Amino acid sequence: MLAHRQQRLAIVLFIIFGTAIAVGLVLVALNEGINVFYTPTEVSEGAVPGNQNFRIGGMVKMGSVIKDGLEGAEVNFLTTDFCNDVLVSYSGPLPDLFREGQGVVADGYIDDGGIFQATQILAKHDENYMSAEVKASLEAAEDKDVKVCNQ
Amino acid sequence: MIPELGNFSLVLALSLSILLSVLPMVGVYRNNPLLMTLSRPLCAGIWVFMVVSFGCLAHAFLNDDFSVRYVASNSNSLLPWFYKFTGVWGGHEGSLLLWVLMVASWTYAVSLFSRNLPLDILARVLSIMGIISVSFLVFMLLTSNPFDRLMLNPPADGTDLNPLLQDFGLIVHPPMLYMGYVGFSVAFAFAITALLTGKLDAAWARWTRPWTNAAWAFLTLGIALGSWWAYYELGWGGWWFWDPTENVAFMPWLVGTALIHSLAVTEKRGVFKSWTVLLAIAAFSLSLLGTFIIRSGLITSVHAFAVDPERGLVLLAILLVVIGASLFLYALRAPVVKGTASYTMTSREVFLLINNILLVVSTAGILLGTLYPLIHEAINGEANMVSVGPPYFNTIFLPLMALLTVFLTIGSISRWKKTSTAFLKDQLVKVAVASVLLGIVLPLFITREVNLSIFLAVSLALWIVFGIARDLVTKSANKDSLVKGLKSLSLSYYGMQLAHLGFAVIILGICLTSHYSVERDVRLAPGQGIEIGSYEFIFQGVVDAPGPNYRAEAGTVDVLKNGRPYMTLHPEKRTYLATGAVQTEADIDVGFFRDLFAALGDPRGEGAWVVRIHLKPFVFWIWFGAFLMAAGGVTAILDRRYRVRDAVVRDVPPEKAATGLGMKSPVEAS
Repeated sequence: MLAHRQQRLAIVLFIIFGTAIAVGLVLVALNEGINVFYTPTEVSEGAVPGNQNFRIGGMVKMGSVIKDGLEGAEVNFLTTDFCNDVLVSYSGPLPDLFREGQGVVADGYIDDGGIFQATQILAKHDENYMSAEVKASLEAAEDKDVKVCNQ
Repeated sequence: MIPELGNFSLVLALSLSILLSVLPMVGVYRNNPLLMTLSRPLCAGIWVFMVVSFGCLAHAFLNDDFSVRYVASNSNSLLPWFYKFTGVWGGHEGSLLLWVLMVASWTYAVSLFSRNLPLDILARVLSIMGIISVSFLVFMLLTSNPFDRLMLNPPADGTDLNPLLQDFGLIVHPPMLYMGYVGFSVAFAFAITALLTGKLDAAWARWTRPWTNAAWAFLTLGIALGSWWAYYELGWGGWWFWDPTENVAFMPWLVGTALIHSLAVTEKRGVFKSWTVLLAIAAFSLSLLGTFIIRSGLITSVHAFAVDPERGLVLLAILLVVIGASLFLYALRAPVVKGTASYTMTSREVFLLINNILLVVSTAGILLGTLYPLIHEAINGEANMVSVGPPYFNTIFLPLMALLTVFLTIGSISRWKKTSTAFLKDQLVKVAVASVLLGIVLPLFITREVNLSIFLAVSLALWIVFGIARDLVTKSANKDSLVKGLKSLSLSYYGMQLAHLGFAVIILGICLTSHYSVERDVRLAPGQGIEIGSYEFIFQGVVDAPGPNYRAEAGTVDVLKNGRPYMTLHPEKRTYLATGAVQTEADIDVGFFRDLFAALGDPRGEGAWVVRIHLKPFVFWIWFGAFLMAAGGVTAILDRRYRVRDAVVRDVPPEKAATGLGMKSPVEAS
């Protein structure tokens, strides 16, 4: 009987132990691993807390992609929700589906000069597909006062 | 006509599946052996019609029958024949057909290889497999029939198979993965049968184990192949992204791994019974959840090719019914199958329990991370959506796996019921000291660099390897010679050690690749190069190169080793003619100790390109380790005791047989 109770106790302790580790890890991990998505308008309005990694998404503004005259593999472009633009700087190969006038999502942070330094440019693998984030971003911009944007 | 024949076979397979899910079960409760025996021919029939149906779709693909909508949207007359064939499972409808063909194959296999199963058990198992077939066949026929025709204006040519899928990896990856996914339905069917009969004994575990091992081995290979495919075909040299699609394949694998270990305890010691059943239900439910998440487009992922909310709803319904019904049954019947053998704190049972907890907790962590964006969106609406990135998953997963590794060696060296601490100390102290010392000295000696996580990873890998060696010596010690001793050990024992060795190899591969890879994105004009270690990569420019159904810009990268010509890499940028889709084809020189990787980025004027060049040491070990694990699973299946008709199992009622193994039957216990 005693052995039986001990076993039960052991199992309960293990489960508590496991859950405690798990909860601790999840709390730490959620702090580190979550990227919030912001629209170009939110970024221009300073809605993003400083020193934070986040995702930005919108359209690649027509005619804004600059590759020449930059150092190494660097590339600059503007991402826009047709209301505000944010300058994105990235060093590396662009994804196959990266095009002017198409949606783009970038991971990164705002540097001291106010430029979005992308660590990763995300591309979706379907030509017709627009990521939910970009869609929401464009809709959010549309909902705002259109006159302000069109000035 | 052929597509109609395929459609007709599907309907016939559905009719037989309905019979299979009803008749044998009725036979069980009416005690009618005739109805029960009917299950075997029904399984054969379903399988034949599924093969015919699959063959018809393949025929439509190979003969460019673009009047079939699915063919028109997933193939093209310019495709080489083998990609036409694999196009069969290149989209939603066809992969579903493959899914159901796999269910039929597993069902048929169970009916063939379970001659020593009591008829009433077999009838129940096959009936449950039949129910699974029915639900997916109905789903396929109603929402995603691959044989639907385009009656008006069939196109002259097809849209094309997604270029990402025009690759050898896709020929083998989905079938393997599905074999694994669907394979857990067998363990699930056995688990439900155990709940229905209330009999869950050593014999039950022995029937279930080889099937679970087989499914697990397939899933291991499937995931490894997927990761390999992502590594060279997605073009950017990563091999694991913690993408939702990867996660939903990985979760059933983790739970399946827990299930394999828990089944071992249930067979040998008759405990953890209801836990084992729960794991079997969870493994299959997670497989279904994976199918649902990917097919419904609920979570955006690189793999979410064709999505349709309506299909998602039907799948969700199937998912809820399966999970709901089985958990309900579990709640009703789990107390009946409880085990009551006793064990102490230092027994193998307890170490395997720790293994199970760690695996299940890491699965829960991954599940939370995968679903978190959905939860967040449900609470906060569409504004400020979040994504959960690799740092989250790594923070959760890696420490748990490190702990798991520590207990892995202790667990596999310990004994059932009770292990004396003196024995554990005697066995393990030297192993621990040696692995920690070498784990620090070896990397320090080779790289002259202090890196704690490398020390930890190498120590853990050596801890497994030395533990295996130590255990082999101990287990063969009481025989005359080492060779004789090694020969006397069972295949399932070797299977276990092989799989554990594979795990050690994967740990080394992942850790060494992650830390010592050199990844450079550089803009190179023809003639320019970069140096990485003892290698020098010289970019020789890009020329046009036509392919069968694409035109390519083919780059040339000469590789020098220690200043001498070594080899040439030819990365390509392909533009597929049918859709204009652009696809990066990396070129990789695969080696046992290092991979050389080159991929073309985008042109940057005057013949210059951004070129991605990687030197990835030990990356091959990741897939090699996975292969060893799968080989371990297969080795364990080949163990004689799964094939020999066990006198105990046949002649004595299972409860008594179980009591003979040192446990009380549920009746006695209560």
